Amino acid sequence: MFLLKISGAEILIESLKKEGVEVMFGYPGGVVIPIFHHIFDAPFRFILTRHEQGAVHAADGYARASGKVGVALTTSGPGATNAITGIATAHMDSVPLVVITGQVSTSMIGNDAFQEADTTGITRPITKHNYLVQDVNDLARIVKEAFYIASTGRPGPVVIDIPVDVSKGEAKFAYPDEVSLRSYKPVYKGHPVQIEKACRLIESSKRPVIYAGGGVISSNASDDLVAFVRKTGIPITTTLMGLGAYPETDRLSLKMLGMHGTFYANRAVHDSDLLIAVGARFDDRVTGNVNEFIPEAKVIHVDIDPASVSKSVQVDIPIVGDCKSVLHEMTKIVKPPQIQEWVEKILKIKEENPLTYGTAGTKIKPQMVIERIYELTKGAAIITTEVGQNQMWAAQFYQFTEPRSFISSGGLGTMGFGFPAAIGAQLARPDRRVIDIAGDGSIQMNIQELIVAVQHRLPIIIAILNNGFLGMVRQWQQLFWDKRYSHSCISFAPDFVKLAEAYGAAGIRIESRDEVDKAIKKALSIKDRPTILDFHVDREENVYPIIPAGKSVKEMITRELV
Amino acid sequence: MMHVISVKVENRFGVLARVAGLFSARGYNIDSLTVSQTEHSDISVMTIVLTGDDRIIEQVKKQLNKLIDVIKVTDLTGHASVQRELALVKVNASPAKRTEVFQIAEIFKAQIVDISLKTIALEVTGDPERIDSFIELLRPYSIKEMIRTGRVSMARD
Repeated sequence: MFLLKISGAEILIESLKKEGVEVMFGYPGGVVIPIFHHIFDAPFRFILTRHEQGAVHAADGYARASGKVGVALTTSGPGATNAITGIATAHMDSVPLVVITGQVSTSMIGNDAFQEADTTGITRPITKHNYLVQDVNDLARIVKEAFYIASTGRPGPVVIDIPVDVSKGEAKFAYPDEVSLRSYKPVYKGHPVQIEKACRLIESSKRPVIYAGGGVISSNASDDLVAFVRKTGIPITTTLMGLGAYPETDRLSLKMLGMHGTFYANRAVHDSDLLIAVGARFDDRVTGNVNEFIPEAKVIHVDIDPASVSKSVQVDIPIVGDCKSVLHEMTKIVKPPQIQEWVEKILKIKEENPLTYGTAGTKIKPQMVIERIYELTKGAAIITTEVGQNQMWAAQFYQFTEPRSFISSGGLGTMGFGFPAAIGAQLARPDRRVIDIAGDGSIQMNIQELIVAVQHRLPIIIAILNNGFLGMVRQWQQLFWDKRYSHSCISFAPDFVKLAEAYGAAGIRIESRDEVDKAIKKALSIKDRPTILDFHVDREENVYPIIPAGKSVKEMITRELV
Repeated sequence: MMHVISVKVENRFGVLARVAGLFSARGYNIDSLTVSQTEHSDISVMTIVLTGDDRIIEQVKKQLNKLIDVIKVTDLTGHASVQRELALVKVNASPAKRTEVFQIAEIFKAQIVDISLKTIALEVTGDPERIDSFIELLRPYSIKEMIRTGRVSMARD
């Protein structure tokens, strides 16, 4: 077939079309003008954020809400370095992204050229893979590989750094049908012998618990997980990243485990004789002191990433494979264990130790706000969060019943993630209300993106739990650092209602309990622009329970010590 | 404990930095590292020697396997393998001492690669322990300069 030569920029656009890209986020700059020249009439949507960090977080939120690959485009130098926090956030949470960065001309690389940064060097430890395109003839293949690598195996971000002369150079365009990488062949099917062994161990266990993580969500295995629990009757707890993988309204759900997890989830895991980890990685916020985490339990670990197995906790039966495929196989052959007594015991502990908070006084309790949002949205919203107390209260007091309904920076803990992620999530799921649970600290880290939500008429609700503090830092200072509130007080703050109005969004300040429902209902009725709900909450409310860092469930603090 | 890890990689720019980065990010000092071509022009082999905690090295090996450009990771520690290294050693040797140095060289089948009024430079090849002994024997003559290639390794069949 005779092929005309087209420019690198056009090859990029054609390749993105072949990948089925529908939305792209980014920000222009000198060396990417040739690419933007062709984005101008590309058939997909381009969302211009107001900061490159916002673009990558938005692509990330889009990816988490849709299960598709998120795509972002920035210029070289500062454009690329501004994207770094977004890329690292996606890397830690295994989110499939393709981030395209411009680069100075190949002849100028290494010359300290204007807006030059060693993007592949800087992003090497925070990407699944990255590319510096040196020849326009390689570009289509590299884009194909990048999407493949980002979305297969354990997903993650891939950076493609494109020098401006490559964008302007010409080549014949032929998009490869297949990717051939001899060194990258993710294993999806679990080994049948290991699966068999795991099922036998489950059948003979007396006190099993399932511990499910973000891998269940990224492999779309929620239905398989539910089927597995239905068949075995084993109680299940999830990590922060796994929220929504299993309906929290179900009796066998123990909700979240770990540092701010429920007492009953942590207790069940600690007392178990078998822990079945599925798509989770034994993070330090989950295990606390590794030596006291599961003193009596054997461990089955299902994960697609061999490097996650036996990283911090020794595993008895590793099953390397996709959660969906492995759970499906296990459900087929496993026989239910005899664990009635254990389940009754755990459910009793669950009943006796619910998540709770003090309601004395007249001030708005932040937990109350989350509960009311849950009730008034009937649990059908997509919740994004910032990082800190707001994130933990959202995780504790909203009941997550479906996958991809909780979007939060778990691994990196990136403040300023929730709002731009909400923009991406809302574009991915126009049929759902997206609500960013924010703190007054975090929201100020990417507030500039408010204009993007206004411009695209996205009805995102930003619920600020405003306590005038960097609340989690203040809480640690109170509990562990002699109440020296060094630089965690941020009561010198903007008027968020006026700020919302300045951007063309709606804003409501809520200062008493009886205004809470009315404000949430009002926000839910506004469908053509974002709304900031500025909840002035009890300033020194703490997140409980808490297992201090490096401790075990035995040292869990369940409520305020007076 | 000392580990010898052989890593087969795609022969591309940037691969060395990816591999080295995994060690440096964990504060590991690499004792020696060689990178060279193989019988396939598009594949290179790195031989990495380092000392460290077994559990962490196990983790590093898994991380190496995760790198897209890494084709195969083999830990040669404790396995039958051939290990070779080359060293160049320049010692002080006045004409009166030359014969002694020549004798040591002969025992180790070392080559004389340069000679001057005051010094002799020798080239020796062998397994790393052999090179260690060679260097020890030359120490009394005062070593002016010494350089080792780092080892290359191949598993025995």
